Amino acid sequence: MRHLLRLFLILLLAFVVDGQSVYSQESDPVTSTADSVATEPVTPPPASAFGLAGEDMPNDNGHKLRVKWQYPAEAVGDITGFEIWRATSPTGEFRMLGQAPNDYFEYLDIGNKETPAPDFMANNSDFFYKVVAIGKNGLRTESEPGGPFRTYGQWFHRGKTPVLVGVVLFGCFTFYFIRAAKKGKELYVRPLAGIEAVDEAIGRATEMGKPTLYILGIGTASEIATIASFAILGRVAKKIAEYQTQLIVPCYDAIVMSIAQDVVRSSYLQAGRPDQYSDDMVYFVTNAQFAYVAGVNGIMMRQRPATNFYLGYFAAESLILAETGNSIGAIQIAGTDQITQIPFFVVACDYTLIGEELYAASAYLGRDPLLLGSLKAEDWGKGIVMALIVVGVVATIFGWDGFRELIRVNL
Amino acid sequence: MTTKRLTGHIVLGVVLLVCTLSIVVKGLLVTVGALLTLFIFSFLYKDNPYYKFAEHLFVGVSAAYWMCMGFWGTMVPNLFGKLYPPMVGSVIPALKDNPPEPFMVIPLFLGVLLLLRLSSKAGWISRWALAFIVGTTAGLNLVRYLRSDFIAQISSTMIPLYASGAAGFNLGETISNSVIFLGVMSGLIYFFFSKEHKGVFGTGARTGIIVLMVTFGASFGYTVMARISLLVGRMQFLFDDWLGLIR
Repeated sequence: MRHLLRLFLILLLAFVVDGQSVYSQESDPVTSTADSVATEPVTPPPASAFGLAGEDMPNDNGHKLRVKWQYPAEAVGDITGFEIWRATSPTGEFRMLGQAPNDYFEYLDIGNKETPAPDFMANNSDFFYKVVAIGKNGLRTESEPGGPFRTYGQWFHRGKTPVLVGVVLFGCFTFYFIRAAKKGKELYVRPLAGIEAVDEAIGRATEMGKPTLYILGIGTASEIATIASFAILGRVAKKIAEYQTQLIVPCYDAIVMSIAQDVVRSSYLQAGRPDQYSDDMVYFVTNAQFAYVAGVNGIMMRQRPATNFYLGYFAAESLILAETGNSIGAIQIAGTDQITQIPFFVVACDYTLIGEELYAASAYLGRDPLLLGSLKAEDWGKGIVMALIVVGVVATIFGWDGFRELIRVNL
Repeated sequence: MTTKRLTGHIVLGVVLLVCTLSIVVKGLLVTVGALLTLFIFSFLYKDNPYYKFAEHLFVGVSAAYWMCMGFWGTMVPNLFGKLYPPMVGSVIPALKDNPPEPFMVIPLFLGVLLLLRLSSKAGWISRWALAFIVGTTAGLNLVRYLRSDFIAQISSTMIPLYASGAAGFNLGETISNSVIFLGVMSGLIYFFFSKEHKGVFGTGARTGIIVLMVTFGASFGYTVMARISLLVGRMQFLFDDWLGLIR
């Protein structure tokens, strides 16, 4: 019965769309001023002639509908635009969604996904629309409610297929190389100057009897750069524990501090010096960016570390930190994936790990099969990127744009 | 009395005079703000007690401020307000009538696990919460970066090296496209870690580092300009809001 009703409504709608003139003769226009119904009709067509149609938008979670309507070309000049209204039932309270100019005959209704929001659109739900034409003389011609139009959520976003292929491909490479590394296969990683200098820098601090300062940046534990920095911190802390020198790790974020404490503690344990570890080595300063900088600058000026590491996520504080470190004569090794901050580290530090070198450094230092396997998979990924770019460029030269479209992500 | 000491006394006297006048004319808060700004600037000379005072005040106040913000801005509306909305009704009336969200018990549980760090015996349990945070965000970021940095990069670099339009051959666009293509390819070669930078591959990597350095140079200049505007803002505060010299 419900399907029959829907079929009937669809047929009715199709009839409305195709037979405006018939409807315009039979129906009276519903015209109104801003708030009240007006007696004087504006220009045709009458209400139901708007021919409202709606369709669910694909590749979403059921919160988008496209509404289309029609309006006679000869009458378009008499109006300034349209208002689009939505309700959950034809007799329910309609809520205005937005406006469209007089030469637009469709509206994409993107509802909110959150329940308490007033413009919430539920998945698998029916909605009714009406369109109001705003006359140049201020009068409003209101369509009859059109609908129901149903929202459907999809499990798979077809526009993101290239991302799925990429994730699967990268996952396979990672899995393969991790297995290979675990089986003892020799995986070559080219030397990185900044990382080669780590031992030398810690040795210098030991000789001078001064501490080593390790800054994890101002990122949270979810930043990839911070995660990479944890791996390097582990290696640095182990070396420091072996040399029995002092380590200072002032942190910007409380969760980062917790993880860093665990990393340093386990490094001291691995080095056979758990008694030398203290939670006071890794401490929280503040999570206000420039207050943190002021605090770390003070530490540098008073404790005079011989070696500074700045590895992780950095923003505007990078140059202030690196300049202060430079002024006290510390050997400085920096690395970040923030493109805008790398130049500052390049000019003020002895060694800089540029972008992805920061990720590679953790694998290079640790020789851990998991990290090495991931690094190798990344390299294979880059190889595929280069090959695809070359093929794509050749294709575009010959006008075959289909190849580029094949790997484009359509959101 | 040495000249250096005398100079110090004179400077201190002038500062005190200016401060007294500014408190009368501009009010206490602007004067305190200006003094703290000058204390921070004094670091440019060398570390000194004034800088230490401003630094400790800044760090302490900001840590306390963000702790309060964390509680009232995150825990109250996002945890208590969702678990049991009437509980925060007196503080945030808009949340009072919202339906409770029982799933918020999960973040509450993870938060409690994190706090177990404070216990010497059960501290190891906090690693579960940390593993959840790091693992989840790394997984989410993988997809995000793959889409924005990886696939978007490929399709954006697929540009014709021989550009022509309605007017025929376009030299400017051809050069521009070629620079983009060579820059991306040489940059990718530089960041290839599985092969030593020797021979043809080494030439590609050296080109890559040149391209990177040119990019960094441009970025450096652009960012320095932005930082200058921050300095101008501070100078405006000192010379206009405080001293009233700019009119």
